[in-house]
Amino acid sequence: MKKIIGIILCLPVVWNAYAQQEISSLVKKAKLKMESVNDYEADGRMRTNVAFLKVPVANVKVYFKKPNKIKVKSEKGISFIPKGAVSINMGSVLTDDQFTIIDAGNDIVNGIKVRVAKLLPVDDNSDVVLSTLYIEEATNLIRRAKTTTRENGSFELEMTYGKFGGFGLPDKIIFSFNTKDYKLPKGVTFDFDDGKSIPPAEKNKSRKGRAEIVFRNYIINKGVNEAVFK
Amino acid sequence: MWSLLQIELYKISKRPRTFIAFIAIAAIVFIFQFAFKADGESYMNLMLQSVNDTFEIDKSKAINGYFMCYIILNTLLIQVPILVALVAGDAISGEANMGTLRLLLTKPVSRTQIILVKFLASFIYTVTLLIWMAITALFISLFIFGADDMIIFRVKGDESQILQITQDDIMWRYLAAFCYAAIALTVIAALAMLLSVYAENSIGPIIATVSIVIVCTVISNISVPIIDKNVKPWLFTSYLVGWKGFFYIATNQDGEPIKGSIENWGAIRNSLYILLAHIFILLGITIAVFKRKDILT
Repeated sequence: MKKIIGIILCLPVVWNAYAQQEISSLVKKAKLKMESVNDYEADGRMRTNVAFLKVPVANVKVYFKKPNKIKVKSEKGISFIPKGAVSINMGSVLTDDQFTIIDAGNDIVNGIKVRVAKLLPVDDNSDVVLSTLYIEEATNLIRRAKTTTRENGSFELEMTYGKFGGFGLPDKIIFSFNTKDYKLPKGVTFDFDDGKSIPPAEKNKSRKGRAEIVFRNYIINKGVNEAVFK
Repeated sequence: MWSLLQIELYKISKRPRTFIAFIAIAAIVFIFQFAFKADGESYMNLMLQSVNDTFEIDKSKAINGYFMCYIILNTLLIQVPILVALVAGDAISGEANMGTLRLLLTKPVSRTQIILVKFLASFIYTVTLLIWMAITALFISLFIFGADDMIIFRVKGDESQILQITQDDIMWRYLAAFCYAAIALTVIAALAMLLSVYAENSIGPIIATVSIVIVCTVISNISVPIIDKNVKPWLFTSYLVGWKGFFYIATNQDGEPIKGSIENWGAIRNSLYILLAHIFILLGITIAVFKRKDILT
């Protein structure tokens, strides 16, 4: 009887250890998938949705080089690139193994069943405070990632995969971030008062920004010139 | 009528004060271009404020010829009324001062024709001034800073906005804005000419015009609800900056600018009607007063 009680009491501990091992292996598998990519150059269209920013859809080029070099450049015209957009490559988030992985259970992202892993950096001075990854077990693909940083606020990434899914590269990324209030002092711009004011619905829009990048094609492992990252 | 106009234009071109305006505009534009070439990024940082914390923007691209012209016009079109008044305020009073007005009226032309020709000459001077502004502020800036998309900083009600207009959607807006500015500045010319009819020397009408413009501009720019509602709509100075409306691009529901669009054409059209009404009323009064005037000089 004592043995049975002992086994029952130990079961959660054993299960927890097993789950921990399982989630670590899942994160490793997701990382391995991306490790086959040494560099890439991708063409995409970026749509920025921020309450005070009225900007057109931009054609952008995204450059990545191992271990964590990433650059988003506008092909033509001026573009407002969200600062945290450097994390659009999950490979750069998972570059080192210096984090503790905690199993946070299961969840559903866009109808897909995922495992949730929380990554805590070992280094106390790391800019990233916490990363939460939502990984699809069947494909080892990261479907959603939430990152909290010290300097650049919190970001959320949602990824949709297509023909480059084998490399862990998404066809579409939705990047959500926090924005600060933007206020110009009155009288600086000498504006024409056309009698129209901003509708209350638009005024109350949240201070959350969104950038959506739809990738057209990737050129993988063909080499990327260092100069683009400068 | 045509030969009268030619004589008027000849007289304007022979006055040194005519060229003061051209030199002043060139000097102001050059100072702006030099300042922005040297440290335009500081101005950009001031305007972008917290946006710098969230977004990466290539500021060297943002400070381009189109942006420069917008910034220069924003400042210059407040000063240009003074330069227009310099010539239009002299139209009748200058003749009276020199004692040539009586001589002019002995010619077989009606007083209405004289006023219309002098007004037309002031209008041509105003348009020439604007063409000079376009050459110095737009084309020379494009040569110095290059061309790219245009960023507009705007305060709309209580909110601030940043608008982006693509490079291929800008030039027609400038053309429309300069045409609008020509009409707006013609109101100043008409006002200066009306005051000129009452005076015997040029200083009075020029200073009076400038004073009226300054006082009305101050009232147009203070934000007091009772003035906003009851006074501002009646002041022509409230519509002088209407040219900016051509750069307020309309956006779709996702906040993306719609190419070739204007956010509020109705407001610009109404402003144009009000300015044109001012021109006709001021010109009408000028003709009426001049026809009844006892010319003693």
